[in-house]
Order: sequence, then C-alpha cells, then structure tokens
Amino acid sequence: MEEHQKKQNPDLTVQFAGHTFKNPITVASGTFGSGIEYSRFVDLNMLGAITTKGVSDKPWEGNPTPRVTETPSGMMNAIGLQNPGIDVFIERDLKFLEAYDVPVIVNICGHSTEEYEAVVERLADDDRVTMLEINVSCPNVKQGAIQFGTNPDMLTEVTGRCKAKAKDKPVIMKLTPNVTSIAEMAKAAEAGGADGISLINTLTAMKIDIYKREFVLANKTGGLSGPAIHPVAVRMVYEASHAVNIPVIGMGGVASAEDAIEMMMAGATMVAVGMMNFTEPDITIRIIEGIKAYMADTGTERISDIIGML
Amino acid sequence: MDAEMIKRKATIINKAQLAPDIYRMSFETDLCKEAKPGQFVMVYPPDGAKLLGRPVCIATADEEKLDIVFRVIGKGTKEIAACNAGDVLFIEGPLGNGYPMGEDTVRDKSLVLLGGGLGAPSLLFLAKKLAEKDSQYRAYKSITAILGYRDRSLNHFLAEDFEKLGIKTIIATDDGSEGIHGNVIDAVKSKEIKADIICACGPMPMLSAVKKYAAENKAEAYISLEERMACGVGVCLGCVTKTVNKDLHSHVNNARVCTEGPVFNAIDVDI
Repeated sequence: MEEHQKKQNPDLTVQFAGHTFKNPITVASGTFGSGIEYSRFVDLNMLGAITTKGVSDKPWEGNPTPRVTETPSGMMNAIGLQNPGIDVFIERDLKFLEAYDVPVIVNICGHSTEEYEAVVERLADDDRVTMLEINVSCPNVKQGAIQFGTNPDMLTEVTGRCKAKAKDKPVIMKLTPNVTSIAEMAKAAEAGGADGISLINTLTAMKIDIYKREFVLANKTGGLSGPAIHPVAVRMVYEASHAVNIPVIGMGGVASAEDAIEMMMAGATMVAVGMMNFTEPDITIRIIEGIKAYMADTGTERISDIIGML
Repeated sequence: MDAEMIKRKATIINKAQLAPDIYRMSFETDLCKEAKPGQFVMVYPPDGAKLLGRPVCIATADEEKLDIVFRVIGKGTKEIAACNAGDVLFIEGPLGNGYPMGEDTVRDKSLVLLGGGLGAPSLLFLAKKLAEKDSQYRAYKSITAILGYRDRSLNHFLAEDFEKLGIKTIIATDDGSEGIHGNVIDAVKSKEIKADIICACGPMPMLSAVKKYAAENKAEAYISLEERMACGVGVCLGCVTKTVNKDLHSHVNNARVCTEGPVFNAIDVDI
C-alpha cells in the first residue's frame, strides 16, 4: 500500500538555494514573458517556478527586425532584450503574478554593473520575488551582458556586486556557452558568491539568405536555441555542475520529459524550457506529467535522487 | 484559460492551387466561428522537424470552415502545400486584432480595399463580412477592391471571389500584362477612385506608399503588416514594428505585430 502510494505521488520537490520548489520545471527567460500571454494556455501554478523575461533599469528598444528565424531543429533570435524597464515590470508584471501561487525568478539585464545593481536593489525587498537571475550572457546586446559572462574576473566582480545589493534574495548567474571553458566561468560565478548558476544561454550563430545575398537577421548574428543545442547544453551542465558546489538550472533545447531528466542526471537541480514554449505552449505541463510517469515506470521515489547522478 | 486559442488539429477539406506556388486550403475547425477579418492563424508544418508555426492570414471563415491562401516561400510552407484533403495539421488561432469595423463612422464613406500580392486574402475575408446581408458595414457609400499582382501569370488569384461578392474589383499588374499598368496606388490615381477609408495588405513598400497616399489625401488607412514571428501570441517580441507612440508592452515604440497588430492605423506606425 505504501509502495503504491509512493508511485502514485512521486516526490517532485527540489531544493535550490534555500528554497523548496514543488517541481524542477521552470521556463527560460525570454520565452515566456511574465506569463501574462501564456496564462491563457498554461496553469502557471503548475510550474516549479516562472522565470521572467530580462528586465533592465530603463526601457530597452531592442534590435531592428528581422529578429527571428527558424533553423534546423531550432531557431535564432536577436531580440536585443526589448523590455519596458523595472518600473513597468514592478507595477504590471509582478502585480499580475500576485494572483498566482508560483515562485518568481526575475531575470535582470544591464549594460553596466551599475545598471544590474539598480534593478537588483529595486527587487531585493520585494516579497513577490523568490530569486534573481543575472543575464551576463545575452549575445545580442552590443554593450555589457555577454562581456561580463566571457571574462572570469568581470563575472566574479559583477556577481559580487549584485550579491551585495540582493540582501536575502538568492542570485543566480546565467552563463553563456560562448566560452572556451564553461567550468572556469562556473567557478568564477561561485567565487563571486553566486547562489546558483543557470545555463546555457543561446549559442552565437549566423544565417545568410543566399538568394537575397544578405544576413537573415538585421543584427547579422543571433542566438541559436531549440532542440539543436540540447546535447551541447547537457555537456555544459555536466561540466559546470561538476566544477562547483552551487546548484544549476539547466536549459537548452529541452523538448520533453526525457530531455529534462537527462539534464538533471547531468547535474541540473532545476530545468528550464525555452524555445519549445513557442511550439507547444503547454509543453511545461506535459513535461511535468512525463517526469511523473518516468518516476512511476522506474520506481524513482524522489526526483532529487537523480540530480547529478552521473 | 482561453481553450479555443490553443494549438489544435484541423482537417484539410479542400486544397486548390490558384497560381504558381500559391495555394488555397480549407480547414474543418472550430476556429472558423471566432475568426475576424484581418486575423491570422499559425499553421504548423506537418512533419515535426520544423518547430515554429507559419503565420498565415485568414482568407475567409464561416460557420463550417476556415480558408487560408499562402505562397510557398520556404521549406515549411512547401511541406504545408504538399498536404491534401483528409490530412490533419496543427493550427493555432485566431490571432491578432483584425481590421477595425467602425460602425457609425463609415456611413456615407467610400471604402477602398488595396491588396498587393498575398495581401488579397485578408481583404477577401473583410469583403465577405462587408457584403453580408445583415452587415452594419453596408452603410458604406461605395466599396472598391484593387488587387495588385506582379504579372498575369498569377491568374489574378482571388479577384473573382471579390467580384462574386458584388464588390467592384480592379486588377493592376506591375508589368502591365493584365489590367492597369502599375501598383495599387497607381490604380487608385488613374481611376480617380475616392478613398475615405483604406484597408490595405501587401508588401512593405506598398504599405509605405499607402500610408503616404492616405496622409496626402486625408484618408484613414488601416494597414496589415507582415513580420517574421516565433510565438505568434506576444511573448517573444520577434515581430515588432516601429510605432509613433509608446507601445503597450515595452513602452519603447516597438509594437508587436502579432498582438497589437497585424492591422495598424497607418498614422500610428513608422514605416
């Protein structure tokens, strides 16, 4: 009887930076807005957490169009972090999320350390926010962002500066795969006091229209995401998680429960679903159901048991 | 949750090739009842290797079916075009705002529909609604459709559908091989057509010309824009267009074509 109950009610909870999450599934920043649009398709309360689109201290216009294009088993984007800025985010987006019982991870972007700090300060005392994710890895912004994420010393520095302003809020550094050694960058974030890391952001890519003889994206380069990058992401989650003692949110082309489980076995405590939200708006819910089915099939009582098992 | 908007299966009940690379497809789907002129659907290529939907405007919809007309421009649309009656595709929608249907404001006004190339389908749905017996839009003093094509090889596709609705329809071709020689604006000028209100859909240079013409002639113009999209529902911010005023989402003069559009008042966009 007890065995049966365990199989019926598998334990999906995970611990991350001192918080307990009801399941390991969240969304990748920028693929879900603040949940306002997708709340028509998805019961947000089912998610382990919602990770909001990057927000800066002032509104950002983003890049010219075309900003997106499909690629084999994935897509490229060069949105350029268009966002309304922290004032509107607090008044509108966090207000909207008050109605839901879901932890909120706010992704923060900036052109300079001061800009990151300004946003962190605004959210440090906000009870509606569970964790902060610092985007030091967007490939589509000319200044800041990825520069902080590709230089270990700068990464340690910006991590420490954000931590100093974050008070009790855990700070997660979101890392770029566009580096020689992801393990080195993970260690740099840990050295700066990060409570966790998330990876991978998109891979810098390029696509050319051979008939128009021009770049497909107005920005020339864009970030590659989707199932095409999933094996790269699994490898990097494995390398990064084995290099540090802080937990990892794994992301990169997760399209199924199997992909999410694979990411956790590689070392991720939580898993974010990104581009595939565009293809299947309710994919997160089906991934959570799929994880439960996998646990029942394999006799896995606690999902946390598989984290970093390889 | 808004269940009717979620991606769902739709059965193809008819497919016809209208011109080289241009197809009309009819779907059996519940979406037909909610669709409004100017809205679009995301159509997902069937084999699953391509992940994003293809945004396609709704060419007509009634109580039983929804039609799209599209051109094969890449591998995804090629896959969709290869499907036949009986095949099932995933579609999502109806999405976007649609053409405004001003009630009292249209009385005694002349309406001109300007369709360039693949712009004609979204206007056909509008024309159909305008022509319906109980339509409040019958208050228009006159309705004229002007359809522009590259050349005669496009078989002035859909022109007969406009004519069948009792709407005066003028054809123009870029090379003069059929109808008026020139674009849709050339046709408005050469035929001296009065336009108080313009609804237009077509390539961006044409829509820029419509905006300019409307400004010069004190006409209201509603233009339907096209942009590359990923999500189609306002999340990804891939499909923005420059706007004169602050946009609703980001307050940075970059409105989402999928959500605040695809139809904009021409004076509101900076194209």
